[in-house]
Amino acid sequence: MRAPVLKVRGLEVHYRVDAGSLFRHDYYTIRAVDGVSFDVFPAETLGIVGESGCGKSTLARALLGLQRPKGGSIEWLGEELVGTREEFLRKKRREIQIIFQDPSGSLDPRMTIGEIVAEPLKTFYPSMSRLQVRERVIGILQLVGLRSDQINRYPHEFSGGQCQRVGIARALVVNPRLVVCDEPVSALDVSIQAQIVNLLKDLQKKLQLSLIFIAHDLSVVRHVSDRVLVMYLGKVMEVADRESIYHAPRHPYTRALIESVPIPDPVRERARARRSLQGDMPSPLDPPSGCVFRTRCPFAIDRCAAEVPELETLDDGNRVACHRHREIPAEPWPENEDGDREASTT
Amino acid sequence: MSESTRDAFEQALDTREIRGRSLYVDAWHRLLKNKAAVAGLVVLAIMVVLVLVGPLLSQWDHEIPDWEHYSTPPSLETGHVFGTDAIGRDLFVRTMIGGQVSLLVGLLATLVSLVIGVTYGAVAGYLGGRADNVMMRFVDAVYAMPFMFFVILLMVVFGRNIFLIFIAIGAINWLDMARIVRGQTLSLKNKDFVEAARACGATEAQIIRRHIIPNLLGVVIVYVTLTIPQVILVESFLSFLGLGVQEPLTSWGALVNEGAQELETAPWSLMFPAAFLAVTLFAFNFLGDGLRDALDPKDRL
Repeated sequence: MRAPVLKVRGLEVHYRVDAGSLFRHDYYTIRAVDGVSFDVFPAETLGIVGESGCGKSTLARALLGLQRPKGGSIEWLGEELVGTREEFLRKKRREIQIIFQDPSGSLDPRMTIGEIVAEPLKTFYPSMSRLQVRERVIGILQLVGLRSDQINRYPHEFSGGQCQRVGIARALVVNPRLVVCDEPVSALDVSIQAQIVNLLKDLQKKLQLSLIFIAHDLSVVRHVSDRVLVMYLGKVMEVADRESIYHAPRHPYTRALIESVPIPDPVRERARARRSLQGDMPSPLDPPSGCVFRTRCPFAIDRCAAEVPELETLDDGNRVACHRHREIPAEPWPENEDGDREASTT
Repeated sequence: MSESTRDAFEQALDTREIRGRSLYVDAWHRLLKNKAAVAGLVVLAIMVVLVLVGPLLSQWDHEIPDWEHYSTPPSLETGHVFGTDAIGRDLFVRTMIGGQVSLLVGLLATLVSLVIGVTYGAVAGYLGGRADNVMMRFVDAVYAMPFMFFVILLMVVFGRNIFLIFIAIGAINWLDMARIVRGQTLSLKNKDFVEAARACGATEAQIIRRHIIPNLLGVVIVYVTLTIPQVILVESFLSFLGLGVQEPLTSWGALVNEGAQELETAPWSLMFPAAFLAVTLFAFNFLGDGLRDALDPKDRL
């Protein structure tokens, strides 16, 4: 087995929220990422899926050191990143880069495309000559499918897809080993999504990149990922290779997510039983006891409220955090009672 | 377009040397395309040359009265093209000298408030939290201090000096600037592109310099064009109170003030300085508008 490039163990990122008044402070702690562990191997893609607000983006920011973790460890190529100085993290960002969700928002409107892509070069290699910088910028722009004469254009002159290409170029210009893609396609049209996803896959093959691909769209994740990590309320529910996730999901949450993917065929889509999840995700301010998913889980038993399920490693190397993962996959999903059942009563 | 010309065209596109351009080079080209802004720029340039060279060309001096002509209307025969004031001083020379003072006060005081205000506001907004709180409460405290009291205090401590006027006016105006800049910075620092810059390894100082300040420029420039006229008027108010420039030195504000008192007997002594003041303020406003548009790439036509 190859050694992982990135080892994350028990990572915790907390936000402090002040809900007090002008004169009194009431701090609440939101456990946005709560004990997340996973590995990323060289040249593989790890997909991370979960609903909005489950801590995906916080996790991405923590990996880059943009958000300080509360605890746990991030080991990058054998070096610990948590608790190190800002200066050290800044150097490491040459090796770990990020692509943002909002393609145009992540580009400075007052900089030309050339300046934007050159920025990482200027900060990481201040001694590089102007000519070298320009050659590298033009090279990388062509690699992501932009023309070299577009170097003097401003971001607002580009479409969303083109802006995302610029974002990709900026991330790749310093030859990183790992690129964290924080929902890189969710702001784009479906037709453009495919282009960008395929571009990322091509570049990954060419440059031997490791990718962490965050999305809430399961079909996109299925297309790019080697392994998939499912998050819910800041915790890992299941980590498994792509085939197991899609064909034999073990965690009821994974199963619910996969059931909710629409089938692009109206006849079959209408014919299938509605098995969507009931209710909303509980507030991260006050997560349920035991298994965080139990309030929406149709298979929940008393034990789920009492005991936090461990992330258990199975025989095939996949991992799942559920007390009943051995029994549930065989059981049929209970039918909804016309959607008016209150599922999230604690 | 035929196939071959299109090929040639595309080849030309490919082989043409591509030079990186920056916001400021681009902005300059855009500014030159804006007729009103260019007109403003030209008027200001002429104005500066005129107020500097004018007094040298004239046979009159700004302090020595022409004993034979008190309060005479403009006339080529007497040589007083703008007329004379109540004690016989040549109004043309006085308007030019007044222009030197007014432009200098306007530009320097604005520069002082610009430098202090932008730096202070950007730092407060960018740091946020407790630092922001402390810095902005200080601004509030200074704001609450009466302006006149502040100026008189300065005069008493340092004596009367034209540079004190710049400092006094600048030291009050930067408060507004700091507030405006801070508000903008607060909204800018949460933008994705700032986060992206951080992910690119930029230091905090680099982020402020490369991303925050260029994005503040639009608002700042508009405010500057409003500040220059305001400063010129504040200076005339100070002069009126006897705290600004002192006779025989003068300024546009002071001249307008004198002229207004003699409006019925000698209307020219109001008209000329007022016209110069108005034209200059117009020119600043046009230039400011043009700069704001030029510095915003999205407005490019």
